[in-house]
Amino acid sequence: MSLKIENLTANIGDRQILKGLNLEIPKGQVHAIMGKNGSGKSTLAKVMAGHPDYEVTGGSVTLDGLDLFSMGEPDERSRAGLFVAFQYPMEIPGVTIANFIRAALQARLPEGEELDAVEYYEELYKKMDALKIDRKFTSRAVNEGFSGGEKKRCEILQMAMLNPVYAVLDETDSGLDIDALKIVSDGVNAMRSPERGFLVITHYQRLLDYIVPDVVHVMVDGRIVMSGDKTLAHKLEAEGYDWVEKETLATA
Amino acid sequence: METKPDINIDRSIGDFHYDVDYEFDAGTGLTEKTIDYICDVKKDPDWIREFRKDALRKFNSMPMPTHWASPDLENIVFDNIRYYLSQGTQPKRSWDDVPEDVKRTFERLGIPEQERKFLAGVEAQFDSEAAYSNIKAAVGEQGVIFVGSTEGLQKHPEIFKKWFGKVIPTGDNKFSALNSAVFSGGSFIYIPPGVKVKHPLQAYFRINAENFGQFERTLIIADEGSEVMYMEGCTAPKFETSTLHSAVVELVALKGAKIQYITVQNWSSNVFNLVTKRGLAHEEAEIKWIDCNIGSRLTMKYPGVVMKGRKARGEVISIALAGDGQHQDTGAKMIHAADETTSNIVSKSISIGNGRATYRGLVQVGRHLKGCKNNTECDALLINTDSRTDTYPAITVRGKENACQHEASVSKISAEQIFYMQQRGIPEGAAMSLAVNGFVNDLVQQFPMEYSVELKRLIDLEMEGSVG
Ligand SMILES: Nc1ncnc2c1ncn2[C@@H]1O[C@H](COP(=O)(O)OP(=O)(O)OP(=O)(O)O)[C@@H](O)[C@H]1O
Ligand SMILES: [Mg+2]
Repeated sequence: MSLKIENLTANIGDRQILKGLNLEIPKGQVHAIMGKNGSGKSTLAKVMAGHPDYEVTGGSVTLDGLDLFSMGEPDERSRAGLFVAFQYPMEIPGVTIANFIRAALQARLPEGEELDAVEYYEELYKKMDALKIDRKFTSRAVNEGFSGGEKKRCEILQMAMLNPVYAVLDETDSGLDIDALKIVSDGVNAMRSPERGFLVITHYQRLLDYIVPDVVHVMVDGRIVMSGDKTLAHKLEAEGYDWVEKETLATA
Repeated sequence: METKPDINIDRSIGDFHYDVDYEFDAGTGLTEKTIDYICDVKKDPDWIREFRKDALRKFNSMPMPTHWASPDLENIVFDNIRYYLSQGTQPKRSWDDVPEDVKRTFERLGIPEQERKFLAGVEAQFDSEAAYSNIKAAVGEQGVIFVGSTEGLQKHPEIFKKWFGKVIPTGDNKFSALNSAVFSGGSFIYIPPGVKVKHPLQAYFRINAENFGQFERTLIIADEGSEVMYMEGCTAPKFETSTLHSAVVELVALKGAKIQYITVQNWSSNVFNLVTKRGLAHEEAEIKWIDCNIGSRLTMKYPGVVMKGRKARGEVISIALAGDGQHQDTGAKMIHAADETTSNIVSKSISIGNGRATYRGLVQVGRHLKGCKNNTECDALLINTDSRTDTYPAITVRGKENACQHEASVSKISAEQIFYMQQRGIPEGAAMSLAVNGFVNDLVQQFPMEYSVELKRLIDLEMEGSVG
C-alpha cells in the first residue's frame, strides 16, 4: 500500500516541468521533498490534485494501486483520499470555513444522508482548539484576509477534518511563526498513523526537526535525483544544492 | 395520457409540458382584432376595450428601447406570438374542479401542497387565465379580496378603476403599453384598513404553450394601516422558440400600510421577461420588493417605489443570476417625492460563463425636499472570466438636506478557486453553489423560510446545470 509516482511527466503550456519523476511513499511513512525554487515541487502537488492548467503527458500515479488520473475530476481524487495543503491557498469570498468544511464532508456521504450538525461542530471546535485557531474563524470566509500563517493553519485544519489517506503539504511551514510551527507540526504528528502517508515539501530543515521524515528526496528540474534519510536535510541546509547537481551530473 | 417531459428535466423543475386543449385562442399576431377577441371572451366593459386600444396605438408608435437596452429585443417577433390562450375565464375555487390537464402541472410544481402548508391564498395562472384562485376562509372573512384581474374588474369596479393604470401609466414604456393592450390574468388584491394578513398570498404563473406571450396584470391595494405579503413564482418549459412574459404590477400602500412583494422566478432560458413593477407609498407606508431573477434569456426589470407621502419607505432587494447565454438587466427606481422619505436598494448579481448581469438604478430626490435618505449597494459575483457585469447607477439628489450613499463591489470566483474547493472533495457544481449561496446569504435570510429553501434549491439546480 503506497502512493506511487512512476515516470511522471507534465507540461504547462508547451513547457515541460515534470520530467520523469519517480517516488513511492509507503503508507505509514513521512517523506520530504526539498529542492530549489522552480524545480517543480508545487507542480507535482497540483498535477496530482488535477489542476486544470497542467497537462499530464506520461507516467502514472496510484493511490494504493488505484490509478489517480483515471479518477477524473479533482473532487473525486480528494474523496479517494488525496489531500493537498497548498503553498498559496485560495481565498473563497462569501463561503465560511464552517460551511466549506461541512460541504466537503457532506460530499463524502452517500446520497440522501445528512451530516450531523452537532457532531460536526463538536469535531470542528475540537480540532480548531488543538491548532489554536480562534473559534471566531468558523464564520470568516475561507482564507479571506487571513495572514500567511493563518492560511497555513487553516489548511491543516481542513486536513484534520477530512482525514485523508495521503496528504501533500506544500511549504506549510513558510509563513508560520515559531510557536505556530510547533502547533502545526504537533497537529501533523498527531495524524501520523500506519493508515496514512505524508509528502512534506519544504525549504527548511527546521520543519523536519518537528516532523521527522522517514525519507528525504531532492528534486532538481522535475526529477527526484537523490534520496536519503533525515541527515540529507541537514547536509542540504548546510551546503545548499550545488553539490547535489554536481554529483548527479557525474553519475548521469 | 401523459406526454413525456421535454429535455433537461433535472436542470430546472419547471421544464416539462403537457398538451392542453384550449377553448379560446386569439391566434398569432397583434391587431385591433386580437384585442376585440380578448375583450369579447373576457366580457370587458367598454372603458377597458378603449383602454386596450389606446395602449395598442401607443405600443405600435413607441420604438424599441435599444438605444440603451439590449439589441436582443429586436429578436422578439411580435407577429409570431399568441396573445391569448385559455380554457375559460372563471378560475375554480377548488382544485377538484380544475381540469385534469391543467391540474397535474400545478401538482407537479407543488402548489396545492404549499397552499395547505403555509399560504393564506393562492392564485394559479395557466397561460392567459387563472385556473384556480382561492383564499382561506378566515382571510376572506376579514374582507380581504384576492381574485384574478378579470374578476377584480368585474366584481370590484369601484376600487379597480380608481387605481388601475395610475401607478404605471400605459405609455411608461413599450412593454407596459403592450401589457395594457392585451393584459389577462394576474392578481387583484385589496386589504381593508388595519387588516394584517398573517400568511403570504401566493400567485403562480405558468406558461405552458409554445410561442406564447403571458401578460398578467397585478394590482394590490393595501388600505390604511394594513399589511400583506405577496409572492409570485414563475416557470415555463423550455421550447425551441422564444416565449414572452411581460407583466405590469402596480402596488398602492395607503397611509401606514405595508406591502412586501416577493418574486422567485425560474424562467427557462428562452423567455424574454420584460416586466414593469412599481409601487406608490403614501404617508408612513412601506413597500418592499424582493426580486429573485433566475433563468430567462433576457430579463429587464426595475422595480420602483414612488414615495409620495411623508416618511414613506421604499426598498428593493434583488438577486439576479445570469447563467450561460442569459442576460439579467435589473435594478431599481426610487422616486422620493416627500420629506423624510427613505429608500434602500441592495442588488446582488451573479454572472456565470458568458452570462451577463447589468444593474440600472435610478434614485431621485426633489430639490425642495428635506430629510430624505437613500442607500444603494450593488455587489456582483463573477464566476469564471467570460462573465461580465455593468452598473449604471443614476442618482439625482437635489437639495442639501438629503443623504445618499452608494457602494459597489465585484468579487470573482476563478477556475483556480473552484479547483481549490474541488480539491477538498466538493464537486464543481456544488462548489459554485456554495460560492453563490455564500454571496447571497444575507439577503436570503430576509425571505420566509420556505422561500429561502426553494431559492437555495434553484441555485443548486442552476449551478449543476452550468457545469460543462
Ligand atoms: N502557470 C504557469 N505558467 C508558466 N509557468 C509556470 C506556471 N506554473 C508554474 N510554472 C513554472 O514551473 C516551474 C516550476 O514551478 P513550481 O511552482 O512547481 O516550483 P517549486 O519547486 O514549487 O518552487 P518554489 O520552491 O519556489 O515553490 C517554475 O519555473 C514556474 O515558473
Ligand atoms: Mg512551490
